[in-house]
Amino acid sequence: MATGLVTKIAGLKLANPTMLASGILGLSGSSLRRVVDAGAGAVVTKSVGVKPREGYSNPTVVQVECGLINALGLPNPGIHYFSEEISGAELRAPVIMSIYGFSSEDFAEVASVAVKGGVDALELNLSCPHVERTGAEIGHDAGLVADVVERVKTRVDRPVFVKLTPNVADIVEIAKAAADSGADALTAINTVRAMTIDIETTHPILANKIGGLSGAAIKPIAVRCVYEIYREVDVPIIGCGGISTWRDAVEFMLAGASAVQMGTAVAFKGLEVFRSVTEGIEAYLREKRLRNVEEIVGLAHRQ
Amino acid sequence: MSVSLIDSNQLRITKIPEIRKESPIVKTFIFHDKLCSEAKPGQFVMIWIPGVDEVPMSLSAIGPDGRCSITVAKVGEATETLHKRKTGDILGIRGPYGNGFVPVSGNTMVVGGGTGLAPLVPLTEELAELHARVVVVVGAKTKDEILFLDRITTALSRIDGRVVAVTEDGSHGVEGLATDVAEQLLKKERFDMLYTCGPEEMMYKLFLLAERYEAPIQASLERLMRCAIGICGSCVIGKFRVCRDGPVFSLKQLREVREEFGRFGRESTGKRVRIPS
Repeated sequence: MATGLVTKIAGLKLANPTMLASGILGLSGSSLRRVVDAGAGAVVTKSVGVKPREGYSNPTVVQVECGLINALGLPNPGIHYFSEEISGAELRAPVIMSIYGFSSEDFAEVASVAVKGGVDALELNLSCPHVERTGAEIGHDAGLVADVVERVKTRVDRPVFVKLTPNVADIVEIAKAAADSGADALTAINTVRAMTIDIETTHPILANKIGGLSGAAIKPIAVRCVYEIYREVDVPIIGCGGISTWRDAVEFMLAGASAVQMGTAVAFKGLEVFRSVTEGIEAYLREKRLRNVEEIVGLAHRQ
Repeated sequence: MSVSLIDSNQLRITKIPEIRKESPIVKTFIFHDKLCSEAKPGQFVMIWIPGVDEVPMSLSAIGPDGRCSITVAKVGEATETLHKRKTGDILGIRGPYGNGFVPVSGNTMVVGGGTGLAPLVPLTEELAELHARVVVVVGAKTKDEILFLDRITTALSRIDGRVVAVTEDGSHGVEGLATDVAEQLLKKERFDMLYTCGPEEMMYKLFLLAERYEAPIQASLERLMRCAIGICGSCVIGKFRVCRDGPVFSLKQLREVREEFGRFGRESTGKRVRIPS
């Protein structure tokens, strides 16, 4: 482990600032172990709720210019099963469990089972753009966000991250509400609400018709969100959205991200992406004669 | 498949110029597609049936002229809808995905059960081109369900090859299981590679035979699939993603997942469930 890459977020210690984003390969312990072995500094699980959910029919993922649109529909086996799956995995990196609920009480219940199972932190999915009565439907309302965060923070004593949706008029307002209610870190951003229609058959391609856009297409949106939040909010930010090279990662860090999450890049670049991004960041630090990756966080704001 | 191919692999719509009835419940749908014509035997495509579903299917023919096919058993809503398609109708298609078989030129045995034969037919054709020695064991429940005998026989006619048909009820060829025939053959001679695709119970038995008789094996596995590009995690077996690291797995890889192989799959919630035998 290169010491200059060690990243601390809300009390968690990551060997490097790359993380696996929620929704990617996070349904089984052995998949998560493989991502850790591939070099991720931390992993976030797929979002899990109180009860099992089957998710939507296929097509659930469709490729478009510069990215993917997905509407999986939050398939998960429910927290009680999942907690055992993950606690048996014995991972060598921090595990952050992504959780969702249809009410504050749901979130608190899932959080409490997850913490008993031994996860290192929680990431509240207040940003899924394609399931009704949860995710972004809570995450677009500062009052609801505050309520969920407070309820979870009262129930558990682990760091709580909030994953934000870009599908709002003012992401800073939501970020502030989350931070003021006790969120220990913010993940920005989840996917951008999107759709695609096949012109031959005239059918929307996704079974759910509308999904979330990820990948290179949303990177500039995500960088802007991180930049705006960093200016106004005083908790660590984890950048997410279209990162697939070390250059992308550095750009997010300059905007204010302490760490970065990757997901879609695993499809286009393979699991090697964690190592290649980490090595690139390290080379960048060396070239800029910086000792520690923390030194570049928010640098773009000093201009 | 190479990562760069995923990058430029978007959904396309293609016409079905020809449909062939293979058995009372199995049809082959022929189409033209450039990317698929460059596929390796064992790679698969995602077939989109608008308004119904999207399902993974092995390529049962890979023509260099762009003429390819999938072979589909009527087993559920998606496949029943597909079976109602007529000549001139359309298919949505993305892929080919996954790794495919690695052909070798030595003494080989190909063991298929039911529609599991689909990817093994283009494989056999490629083995024939490599002048491998090939024995193909074609397994089915009854005579009606035996597939591709004509194409396999044609491919083998050019080389030192033979085909053994096996039915569970003895209505055609040898009575018994494909794995019984495989074991008889393994007792008699050494094989440089076993190839298999079909019911997981059959493949698991063949894996145990491969261990006992010290023969390398390549098995094409099936799991619930969604993204097909290695990110959603639906099709995992142990540390492997069937869509991306597979669907074809080696003896060494099968050993690594032997706790799950032949025993457990995952349902749509991600929960591990016993494979019905």
